[in-house]
Amino acid sequence: MPTRLLRSPLSALRLWLLVALALCAFAQAALAGSAELEQGIALIKTNKYDQVEEGVTLVASSRDPRAVGLLAALQDSDLYLRKADGRLFIATRSDAGYDLIDPLTQAPAGTAGKRDLKRIRINNRLRSQLRTAVATLNLTHPEASVRLAAVNEMLDRLDADSLALLRDLAGDEKNAEVRAGMTAAIALADLNADEPARRIEALDQLEGNLHPAVQGGIQRLLDREQDEAVRATAERVLEGLQFKRDLYGFAETLFFGLSLGSVLVLAAIGLAITFGVMGVINMAHGELIMLGAYTTYIVQQLMPEHIGLALFLAIPAAFVVSGAVGILIERGVIRFLYGRPLETLLATFGISLILQQLVRTLISPQNVPVANPDWMSGSWQINSVLSLTMNRMYIIAFCLIVFTALYLVMRRTSLGLQVRAVSQNRAMARAMGVRSARVDALTFGLGSGIAGVAGVALSQLTNVGPNLGQSYIIDSFMVVVFGGVGNLWGTLVAGMSLGVVNKILEPWAGAVLAKILVLIFIILFIQKRPRGLFPQKGRAAEG
Amino acid sequence: MRLGTLHLDRGGQIFLALLALTTLLVPILNLAVPADSPLHVSTFTVTLLGKYLTYALLAIAVDLVWGYLGILSLGHGAFFALGGYAMGMYLMRQIGDRGVYGNPELPDFMVFLNWQELPWFWHGFDMFWFAALMVMLVPGALAFVFGWLAFRSRVTGVYLSIITQALTYALMLAFFRNEMGFGGNNGLTDFKDLLGFDLQSDATRIGLFIASALAVAGGYLACRTIVTSKLGRVTVAIRDAESRTRFIGYRVERFKLWVFTFSAVLAGIAGALYVPQVGIINPGEFSPINSIEIVVWVAIGGRATLYGAVLGALLVNYGKTYLTGVMPDAWLFALGGLFVLVTLLLPQGIAGLLRRKEATA
Amino acid sequence: MTKTKRFASASALAAALSFGITALANAADTIKVGILHSLSGTMAISETTLKDTMLMLIDEQNKKGGLLGKQLEAVVVDPASNWPLFAEKARELIEKDKVAAVFGCWTSVSRKSVLPVFEELNGLLFYPVQYEGEESSKNVFYTGAAPNQQAIPAVDYLMDDLEVKRWVLAGTDYVYPRTTNKILEAYLKSKGVAEEDIMINYTPFGHSDWQSIVSEIKKFGSAGKKTAVVSTINGDANVPFYKELGNQGLSSEDIPVVAFSVGEEELSGIDTKPLVGHLAAWNYFMSVDTPENEAFIDTWHGFIKNDDRVTNDPMEAHYIGFNLWTQAVEKAGSTDTDKVVEAIIGLETPNLTGGKAVMLKNHHITKPVLIGEIQDDGQFAVVWETDAEVPGDAWSDFLPGSKDIVADWTPPISCGNYNSVTKKCSGQNY
Repeated sequence: MPTRLLRSPLSALRLWLLVALALCAFAQAALAGSAELEQGIALIKTNKYDQVEEGVTLVASSRDPRAVGLLAALQDSDLYLRKADGRLFIATRSDAGYDLIDPLTQAPAGTAGKRDLKRIRINNRLRSQLRTAVATLNLTHPEASVRLAAVNEMLDRLDADSLALLRDLAGDEKNAEVRAGMTAAIALADLNADEPARRIEALDQLEGNLHPAVQGGIQRLLDREQDEAVRATAERVLEGLQFKRDLYGFAETLFFGLSLGSVLVLAAIGLAITFGVMGVINMAHGELIMLGAYTTYIVQQLMPEHIGLALFLAIPAAFVVSGAVGILIERGVIRFLYGRPLETLLATFGISLILQQLVRTLISPQNVPVANPDWMSGSWQINSVLSLTMNRMYIIAFCLIVFTALYLVMRRTSLGLQVRAVSQNRAMARAMGVRSARVDALTFGLGSGIAGVAGVALSQLTNVGPNLGQSYIIDSFMVVVFGGVGNLWGTLVAGMSLGVVNKILEPWAGAVLAKILVLIFIILFIQKRPRGLFPQKGRAAEG
Repeated sequence: MRLGTLHLDRGGQIFLALLALTTLLVPILNLAVPADSPLHVSTFTVTLLGKYLTYALLAIAVDLVWGYLGILSLGHGAFFALGGYAMGMYLMRQIGDRGVYGNPELPDFMVFLNWQELPWFWHGFDMFWFAALMVMLVPGALAFVFGWLAFRSRVTGVYLSIITQALTYALMLAFFRNEMGFGGNNGLTDFKDLLGFDLQSDATRIGLFIASALAVAGGYLACRTIVTSKLGRVTVAIRDAESRTRFIGYRVERFKLWVFTFSAVLAGIAGALYVPQVGIINPGEFSPINSIEIVVWVAIGGRATLYGAVLGALLVNYGKTYLTGVMPDAWLFALGGLFVLVTLLLPQGIAGLLRRKEATA
Repeated sequence: MTKTKRFASASALAAALSFGITALANAADTIKVGILHSLSGTMAISETTLKDTMLMLIDEQNKKGGLLGKQLEAVVVDPASNWPLFAEKARELIEKDKVAAVFGCWTSVSRKSVLPVFEELNGLLFYPVQYEGEESSKNVFYTGAAPNQQAIPAVDYLMDDLEVKRWVLAGTDYVYPRTTNKILEAYLKSKGVAEEDIMINYTPFGHSDWQSIVSEIKKFGSAGKKTAVVSTINGDANVPFYKELGNQGLSSEDIPVVAFSVGEEELSGIDTKPLVGHLAAWNYFMSVDTPENEAFIDTWHGFIKNDDRVTNDPMEAHYIGFNLWTQAVEKAGSTDTDKVVEAIIGLETPNLTGGKAVMLKNHHITKPVLIGEIQDDGQFAVVWETDAEVPGDAWSDFLPGSKDIVADWTPPISCGNYNSVTKKCSGQNY
């Protein structure tokens, strides 16, 4: 039925609707709903913001179960008009163009080319209207999790209609969590009740509920409340909420700090090898990170269909690319400079300029887009106050994995043993048969490769462009020096603690001042412990 | 000053002679020779040369601490910039009511950010003598405090280098903040005149050029005096074997502190001369990359020769000016390549090459 | 454009520098146009595109027979995102290369740095980027938006159409955001917004860790009133900012962000799916459907040999500036600065959005204001626009220091900062 309707021209449709309405008086209730739906759809097809808005209101008030799919598609900007016949479809991009789905029946409806379709445009006003509409419709969704999301959504924008609906539904709700949400919404409304007792009851029900709407609601109640008993209860509840909030706020700051720390550690850990263990003041370290990030970009370009897989493949690829460039730098330049550590600074500074310009020339002076796989986006919602972003959690985990791997290489493999031997006493190591030239090249390659791996991680957080390395090089040196040159643990502890300190300072000092304070702290700390947090012991440390 | 200041310093003698010659010739060729003559030196070139000379003075200051004292300062740009800011503040105050808002008291950037009155640290900068004092005092005091802390606790080597870098980085971030009252990212600009002389006139530019040349010559002679004196021999001893010098009984910290402070003052003076010639000072001068570049100039010219530092500063900066014009898309390749090649092939820098030639000749 | 010629003149310059001899002025068979955009350093990301745009425009003009019967010749230099170097390069372009006009600069500080040079040497600068206003120089033409052509209309839109009651003014700590936010704060207060409903936040350049700030914005926005972020965050810092917004689940319906420095170019570096619905205010969008724009995009794709490259607002500004300049030169019959400055005022040229750009007496131009929502393909869909072009206002009416100041470069005033109360024109450099 409705599909045939949709084919007819607009004026005829309206006429038909009127006729249908008049005729079928016995099925009035049901038909009124579907009539609203049809009328709404007709308005949506006009593709003009104000008319679409009216249309959405009509579709939503039809309470037709089929409306959800339609509105959700519109909300996601997936609703299209087929130019040829003026029908609406949900379209998703595919190889052939677009796959079409009927928005009401959700049945596949063939394919179409890009030029055959016109997207129904929406703006922010519509988006927020759609959200409420979809939430309202979803209150009766068979899945509890969807219902819960819908209730939470509605807490923010309660009105008389939605409240009446919630009161209706709350009694029949089977799922405890959803019911609690609905009760909270009703309680929130009851804060405006006339009898003080009901207000107190509502407050008791809201105790411990961290949803932001609750705090706002109680705050507004306090602003106008006259009754002492109600005031006292409200203040008590609010205090409890505030305490919980502070607690979670602190946890959040700690998380922010650790994730910033992980970024610092990742950026610095390669340098902890090249600078810390080998003593090369590697100013091109930032550019090796940048190369890793660009490798991620290129791997993604090679396999645009598998962003997530590309990211995993980029890790070894970046290690190889940056590592190879590192070995090249070591063999071509640095090996002539051992024993003159300060001069490595000059040569590597020159190399960093060349690498930057190379990327500008070969790829582009602009930033390049690196896509985030879906599992990297979004956050893990612990409660209304505390949510941990997924990408940051992956970064923290990744940082720890990289650190552990590197630590094992340095401690448990023969390469690690040789590296440590050469760095402690080159002449003695050679006398014992260590091929120091080979070890040097491999060590520098290892440090550079790790820098490349860090680049893969950073590509998920920030811009990938020719200046990427520049923004991390100073911080990396600070971390390594603060932790103590030549000590991997030092780098880990230093990075993490600088991250946390920075984030604790940031809310009250501001981002810039926090960073300045951290720098001053490092300067003063070095006065106290001139060799960093974990100084290298023994004679090797002198000179 | 003993006779020995320039004795046995062929490079220094040649450098000073060349400097004197340029300082004499350039003003004549600029002011007296008509503009269409092929011998005319344009004001553009004069300003450029003046700027290079201030860089040269800065390089001398770095060479003094790096070449003769073994302190690789990655933060000398900070002293340079502080001197520049002190001069910039004086120049800002000289604008008076000729700013776009016509406010006699406040610089323009304070007017449009709604500052009501001049911050306390801006007072006094309307007097040249005070500003000139601050040009030396502020970098000197910072270097003194920093050095006192660092040398006393025996922070050495890369640790020292990195915390000097932290110092200039922290200052850069601080000066970027608009609340600081130094004009934030835009810095100080739109200067009108210096000691009553119009900054845009050719004569003033020549004056500044000559002043820079004199400062470089003075700085060179002063540093030369230091390194040839007994003090200089102690500093070299500290550079080569710090512990041993200490065991012999020298108060290593004091020597380091005074030479470091002196070097910072020189850098401050260079900054003060730099600002009126380029017409702007902003927090970018504090950037750690700038300080690294200064070290690169010294390395390319040749450490521990002083005149080598001058040579390096002139050469790299001329290269930059030239290459950014000729090959705007590829000049970084050339500059980066130059750094690598010089480090690999000329460990003693260009001065080393000259000396080697001299030795074989 | 001939590379060899550029090289030859540059080598002449080098020779002049080395031997202290003035370069013999090139025979006057071409008109030189200076391009002063950073090709390396932090600003290269944005500015290289503008260099290419200028090369394209010059190329097109030469195909049409050049100007005054002569070919145009581009002189490209790289000021390397280094502000003192901008001043030096500007001097080089005017004094050594004798360019007729310079198109360039992006950041305010680079403009401030070259300004005294242009005034001293009486050069011509066309500045293509939206900026904080509070300036009008005899030698500079501002083809980007002044605050009243971008910020204030955007805030009006949020207030009227989205009923925003609570405001976060977030910016990078430099002069453009500072001034814009001062103006907006005064404007919002004049509209009855309370002090506690405005949150101002500044971050350093290239800020990459936005966790705390986004979380703060989230808290600020959960007070039950509709909240919006007005972002003057500078180019590079935007990507991590938007990523963090997306990850912390702040969608455009909850807290819309309207940005003044995010255009097609910036978005081409990010996956825009999580950003759909956030806003930007500009005077041009690539998605605007007009024949002029289509032709411009086609020419651009042909010139840059890449169909994926986007166009953006500052490119349109250069397009307008260049056309106004060529018209003025033709009208004046000369590239002489004084004649061009006189001829250009009042000239008009079609812009790319179907309207006209007129050069005003204060050296700013008229521009339409468009507000666009970010789409998932990295383009903007226009959701609101002004009925007519808005004339650029050099001196904001909402700042106490500048409300009495007007810019008018025609006689009898002929001043960029004429105080209508004291009847004075202070601090001119020419």
